[in-house]
Amino acid sequence: MTLTRRDALGLAAGTVAFLTFGGKLAFAAAEETAAAISAFTGGKEPATGKITLDAPEIAENGNTVPVGVTVESPMTADDHVVSVMILAEGNPNPQVATFNFTLMSGTAEAKTRIRLAKTQNVVAIAKMSDGSTYIDKKEVKVTIGGCGG
Amino acid sequence: MFSRREFLMAATATSALLGSGMAGSWSRLMAQQGLTEDTLLSMEAKGNVTLIHITDIHAQLKPLYFREPSINLGLGEVAGLPPHVTGADFLKLYNIAAGSPDAYALTSEDFTALAGTYGRMGGMDRVATIIKRIRAERGADNVLLLDGGDTWQGSYTANKTLGQDMIAVMNALEPDAMTGHWEFTYGTDRVKEAIDSLPFAFLGSNIYDNEWDEPAFEPWKMFERGGSKVAVIGQAFPYTPIANPRWMMPGWSFGIREEDIAKHVEEARAEGADVVVLLSHNGFDVDRKLASRVEGIDVILTGHTHDALPEPVNVGGTLVIASGSNGKFVSRVDLDVKDGKVAGYAFRLIPVFSDVITPDADMAALIDEVRAPYSEELARKLGTTESLLYRRGNFNGTFDDLICRALLEERDAQIALSPGFRWGTSLLPGQDITVEDVHNACAMTYPAVYRNSMSGQMLKDILEDVADNLFNKDPYYQQGGDMVRVGGMGYVIEPGKDIGERISGMTLLATGETIDPARDYVVAGWASVNEGTEGPAIWDVVESHITKTPTITLPENQSVTVKL
Repeated sequence: MTLTRRDALGLAAGTVAFLTFGGKLAFAAAEETAAAISAFTGGKEPATGKITLDAPEIAENGNTVPVGVTVESPMTADDHVVSVMILAEGNPNPQVATFNFTLMSGTAEAKTRIRLAKTQNVVAIAKMSDGSTYIDKKEVKVTIGGCGG
Repeated sequence: MFSRREFLMAATATSALLGSGMAGSWSRLMAQQGLTEDTLLSMEAKGNVTLIHITDIHAQLKPLYFREPSINLGLGEVAGLPPHVTGADFLKLYNIAAGSPDAYALTSEDFTALAGTYGRMGGMDRVATIIKRIRAERGADNVLLLDGGDTWQGSYTANKTLGQDMIAVMNALEPDAMTGHWEFTYGTDRVKEAIDSLPFAFLGSNIYDNEWDEPAFEPWKMFERGGSKVAVIGQAFPYTPIANPRWMMPGWSFGIREEDIAKHVEEARAEGADVVVLLSHNGFDVDRKLASRVEGIDVILTGHTHDALPEPVNVGGTLVIASGSNGKFVSRVDLDVKDGKVAGYAFRLIPVFSDVITPDADMAALIDEVRAPYSEELARKLGTTESLLYRRGNFNGTFDDLICRALLEERDAQIALSPGFRWGTSLLPGQDITVEDVHNACAMTYPAVYRNSMSGQMLKDILEDVADNLFNKDPYYQQGGDMVRVGGMGYVIEPGKDIGERISGMTLLATGETIDPARDYVVAGWASVNEGTEGPAIWDVVESHITKTPTITLPENQSVTVKL
């Protein structure tokens, strides 16, 4: 069987087991963001470090903004990443995606594209197998554009 | 990597000659004796490798007038630091005498009078002379010529030939590498075709294929010069698809991507690079921040923001070098590379006084050749200006006032918007305004003049958005360029505030009434990044206006109030 490039990527994406998009309309986005983080971490304050959120400083197209997360982890039975949640604080529905990982994932890396309604913080939180959580945050600006040069 | 003492050895060519720091008295002496090519170009060589940097030529083949900004604000950590120092403060900072050749080349002080004394600057035939001389003195095998981009756009002939005139001229100079920004506004197909034809490298570490999120360009290249390995990483303008129309380069994504630069520095060092150079179109403040965050870069040759600085700025051992625009300057950086690192350097920012430096005959002939098919149209006189016409500066320029007046009158609008580009040449009082001059202020590939209705709120949003691109305290969120120029409307700006709070006091100048957020206004503007924008080309609108009022006089613009 010959795999095309697109097929290969499709398979690779399949190794990220469960990709769940957040549901239902939000009340105040900030409250929902805080509530979602709290629910994800079990009420604990996430630490910084280990997780790196990769997102552009200024979005080229707010309708499809590439974001990626990488979490440092040996991915062993004792020490691995369980899941990573991505939130867009300023979107009507801040919960963008949750990536669940298993030992079979090998590395804890994921990429997706998200829609950003306006300039806002994008947040990524990793939950580790020991229950600890790590956070990274980046402001992504959505501009009208057009006057550089 | 570089000591303070070495710093003092760096200076512009006109002031470095005595090597004593007595820049002022020497400059005056030269003004009396007259500049000579030898005094401008002679330099005591240092080390084994020379970098020559030119950038932001904006397709200016012939000598020109270009007034540097009188206002160029920096905020936050960079407040009061070069390049955010202008006029008399600049002269004081760099110990340059008022009225000297350096003062004329580097500031807006007494511009009109000094332009009369020292004449036009630039001209690619003069630049060719300088480059040939440096290669002859240093040995061609020890020299790297690097072009920072914004080379192919900005003139009538570049627009007509889709940059081919500049490509022909630059190929004759034999650069070793370039990167880009406005180059991309010729569209993906033309850019690919042009780059494929180049006999040198087009480097872009930060350009990715949109679909696969993979590097789309050669990111860096290793050169052997003077027995050393010199790695050059290319960094295109990170916000090209935002500041310019994304639809013209739909397959490419840009961005700062400093982690990629760090990765390329590591790769280069692993492959034995003795020197790592970043050939950048980031803009000065972005590169200053990048230098503080990415380890291992020896020299950043910066571009985009059109700053000309007579000394490198040393950021934790990385030299950040700003070589001006429009062919006004050529930077020469001599590096002494020992034991795999840079042990010392010498620097000169060479101002290209066109009346002093002999044109290179071959290049002069080539320039005449590429311009010949258009010579009659280029020279066609449209009118005369009684005022100094210039663009560069944070808030307004008289050339933009002229463009805005043309937009208001020719398109019967209440308010005009004109982009705050940093390119665009200057005209002295009494000069003719030709077709070439108008195109030098607006030659580009999306020139349509729109006529729309916009609400007062939308106008405010646009001003706030552009102001934040210029004055965001984090340089990584700055796009370069200056504030959008406005005709028919006045406003107050407080650059130090946050987005949404900088702009106030928006007033319709015709009636003095306050702009109502809920009301619609008729707005004319050009250079929209939206696909499918319709209307006549901006140069036709400006030509039509000048033809009706062939003697141009512009009062001082007082419609923008800046509160610091």
